[in-house]
This record gives sequence, structure tokens and C-alpha cells, in this order.
Amino acid sequence: MRQVLEGSHAISEAARLARVQVVSGYPITPQTHIIEALSQHCADGTLAARFIPVESEHSAMSAVIGAAATGVRAFTATSSHGLALMHEMLHWAAAARLPIVMGEVNRALGPGWNIWMDQSDSLAQRDTGWIQLYCEDAQDALDTTLIGFRLAEAVNLPVMVIIDAFYISHTYEPVDVPEQAAVDRFLPPPNPRFRLDPADPKSLYPMVGPPAFMEMRRSLQDAMEVAEAALAQAAAAFKTEFGRSCPPIEADGCEDAEIVLVTTGSITSTARLVVEDLRARGERVGLCKLKLFRPFPAEGIRRVLGRAPRVAVIDRNVSFGVGGIFAQEIRSALCSLERRPPVFSYIVGLGGRDVPPETIAEIYRSTREAAAPDPESRWVGLNPELMGAAAR
Amino acid sequence: MLEIRFHGRGGQGTVLASISLARAFFDAGWEVQTFPNFGVERRGAPVEAYLRIDHARIRLRSGVYTPDHVVVMDAKLTATVEVTRGLKPGGWVLVNRPGPPERIALPQYRLAWVDATAIALSQRLGTATHPIINTAMMGALARTLGMPEMIHIESAIRREVPAKKEENVAAARIAFQQVQFRPVEEA
Repeated sequence: MRQVLEGSHAISEAARLARVQVVSGYPITPQTHIIEALSQHCADGTLAARFIPVESEHSAMSAVIGAAATGVRAFTATSSHGLALMHEMLHWAAAARLPIVMGEVNRALGPGWNIWMDQSDSLAQRDTGWIQLYCEDAQDALDTTLIGFRLAEAVNLPVMVIIDAFYISHTYEPVDVPEQAAVDRFLPPPNPRFRLDPADPKSLYPMVGPPAFMEMRRSLQDAMEVAEAALAQAAAAFKTEFGRSCPPIEADGCEDAEIVLVTTGSITSTARLVVEDLRARGERVGLCKLKLFRPFPAEGIRRVLGRAPRVAVIDRNVSFGVGGIFAQEIRSALCSLERRPPVFSYIVGLGGRDVPPETIAEIYRSTREAAAPDPESRWVGLNPELMGAAAR
Repeated sequence: MLEIRFHGRGGQGTVLASISLARAFFDAGWEVQTFPNFGVERRGAPVEAYLRIDHARIRLRSGVYTPDHVVVMDAKLTATVEVTRGLKPGGWVLVNRPGPPERIALPQYRLAWVDATAIALSQRLGTATHPIINTAMMGALARTLGMPEMIHIESAIRREVPAKKEENVAAARIAFQQVQFRPVEEA
């Protein structure tokens, strides 16, 4: 049934409908509403789960690692400094091949102290072995969380479901919340291959020396390599059950576009309006929404962007000393092609700076008018007065 | 699409009013989107909330800069906050105040006022120093805009408000009756 929900609660509702059995977490703005709602569900009996309060995010991840090792469905959520504090245990969760699902609310890391939207926190965890799925709005967040559980349990890898601070986490909008019976059909109880069980004692995660470590890591890479296909399968099953699509990459009008905009997160939603408006004025512009970032869907990127005359990637993040992270990964996916589309890289909206339609339209115009991409990412909307102050 | 901006103080229920109104408009068949100003909330500090309503799915996900209407939960805010910032000409300024707001004499706006504080106190909502005025303002806004119908306002209040549900519904009804208007002045 469609109801007006906060984006944070779209994720907590999905976790409730997934019948998670263990929830742990530690409050941090702007994530707190997710864990708060689930702790309430545990307290009032609307979710038959054990809520484990902890003193830090490192402990929250440790708690769900322990829970998932016993074969139960486990969930946590965090943001920003909380995610950074989990870093060590993120590696553990992935290498232990535990199908944990985590809600992650994109937020900047300080200093300057900042609680607002920025993708730098999740992207800093890209090499930990977690699947990363970026969401456009609250409906996408609910759908992606449900698909995330099915995907995690299919490939035995943890999944991060990522939403924008405030633009999604604190925004209320209509969300179609599925019936419990339909979710139960889509998501049967977990059936792990291995689990810790006192009735059948065994040891997991021993020391692994040089003779076997590479093979262990290769098997993680193999799991990542099948994860994209597993996501497509989970999304297809989701569409059959619920009627909504949730593809790893969504291409809108990219075949005959002169310029394709590549977006992630809530910017995609605003970009849809801009693209509609530009097309109404005769511009040939396509939109490529990237949901899946790890594993990186390189083949899909080549298919959607390979023939585009120009590609403009909008990054709400930066890798210092390099530039926009999505642009870098897309360039690397396209570099094996004989004819490579020029990739224009734009950095916008760091630390919660608003990205209105005008900013996206300006990126389109700048891509159309430039002779070739700048060697570096172009930062859009910097205040020259503040830059002058910084230089002093 | 219509955009409405709410001005209030932390603790007055400004954000809750915007969420409840979103649910009332949604029940009346509208697509809705509402969010608070993205900041750190402190009791008594100025807060803003925003509500978008449309007949089509709302894709826009950036700030509200040129609202169609504004709602001011606390008239004293007009001394320190420019409540008509970006407001479209012809838009309503609905203020919680016993009489017409003096500081907003701009002729291009329509003014509405209601003594939500007195109404809240008459229904014993909140305390004498911190009356809960948000449900009265919801009723006043429904009358000012001519939508949504009061049945949707009442139903949203009964679902959203944790205590004194019927007193809150009564406050909304009284404000609906008592709100007064000044149309756009002739040039």
C-alpha cells in the first residue's frame, strides 16, 4: 500500500519486512532514524528480532558479524564517521563471506564538521569487498534493501544500501510498502552453507597463511564477479513479485544521445526533470543512472556509454589528488574500447551543497560547448571569494 | 507543483505540521514531498520545513527557493527572519497572530492571520509558555488555500498527534473558522 514515509523508514520498513533476526547499531546523524525505528519494532514486538545496543559502530558491525556467523539474517545502519570507524570490521564481514545488509546514509567526514550529503564516506570503503548499491529516492531505498538481502544471501557477500543524507533520509514521500506475504515469497528464510552452532561445534575463520590466502581472496573476487548477474536475477524476481524494476544500470534515451549524463543517488531524480526539459527543447541528451558501484558493472557501462559522442559524469565526491571517483571508474571501464567517448568529469554538491536543476543544466551546456574534457575534474559552483580567502 | 514554506521555532511542531499536511494532501489524492531545513535543531531556534504537492510524481530533489505560500508559526520570527524571501507575488502569508501582521505590508502578497496561540490555549494544548499551535495552523491553512478538505486534515491529525487527539482536531476546526484575510492590494 502506498503511504507517506521518511526515506530512513523506507529502509527500516524493508528490514522489518525481511524479518531480520538481529539488529545492532549506534546513533549518528543522519542515520539515527533507521536504527531508532527498528529498535522500536523490537521493543513493541512488531519485529521478532534481538536488538543489540552497543557503544560504537565498530561494535555494531562486530555484533552483526557474530550474528550472521550463526546463520541468522542481520542488519545494521550507519553514516560518515560511524562507517569510517567500522572500516576494520567491513573487511572482516566480506572476507568471512557473511550476507549482512547495512543501510548507509551518505554524509561528509570532518573537519570542517559537516552532517550533510557527500559520497566520500561510502566510496572510501570501495575496496573492502562489500557490494554497494546507490538509491535515487525512498521507493528505490525500500526496493533496494529487499533486493539487497536476496543478493547478499545468493552470493555470500555483505551489501551496503546507500541513500543521500537528508535529500532521501529526512524527506517524506509516497512509498509503496509491500505486503508481508509477498516479501516472504520473495525472501525465504536464510539457508547458509556454514554456520556456528553449539550443537555441531566447528571453528570458522582460522589463520590462513601464504599457501591458501590468495585462493581465499580469489574466491571473494569470483563472488564479486557473479554478483552483477545475481543482482540482475534478484531484480528480475523482484519485478515479477512487485512490478518494479531495479536494474544495476538504468539507461534512458542513451542510444541516440549526443551527451549522456551519468548520475548516482538523489541527483538522478532531479536530472530526470532537466533531461525532460532539454529534450522538449530539441536537445539529444541521455541519462545513465548507476545503482551498482561494487562490483563495478564495466560491461554494462561499455554497452550503455560506449557509442556516446560525449559522457558527462556528475560526482558528489572527490578522491584527493585524482578527482571525481565515478568518472575515474567509468574512464577505466571505457579505456579498452577502440573508440573511447570523451568523459567530462564534474564535482558538485559536496558537504550538502544543493544541486538544483540549474546546476545540472549548466553541466550539460558546459559539456556541449567545450572542445574537449579538462584534464582534471571541474568543480562546479565554487565561490571565488572563499577560494581567495583559502589561498591567503 | 505548489511549494509551501513553514517558518517556526524548534519545539513548536513545525516539521510535524508539514508532515501531517503532506499526509492529508496525499489522502486527498496529491503527490507530496516534505522535508525540514537540513540543519541541527535546537529548541527555540528558527526552523523551516518545506512541502511540495503536485498531480504528478515529484522528481525535484533540491531546496525550495521560490515558495508559492508561506506559513509563519510565530509572528515574532518576522523581526529576524525574512519570511517573504523568494515568495512568489500573489502568494499567501499565513501568520499566527491576533491581528494582521504589521511588518509584512508588501502589497504583492495576500495575508491571512489566525490567533493559533489563543486557540491552542483554549484547548489546553501544551503549556501557557509553550502552546502547541501546529494543528490550529493546519486548519487555518486548509481554509486559506481551500484545500485539502477538513476531513483529510482531521484524519491526519488523529493519526499523527500522539495525545489529546480530539482537542487538536477541535483546534484545527476553530482555526478554520476564525482565520481572516486581506487580499492583494490594488496598485
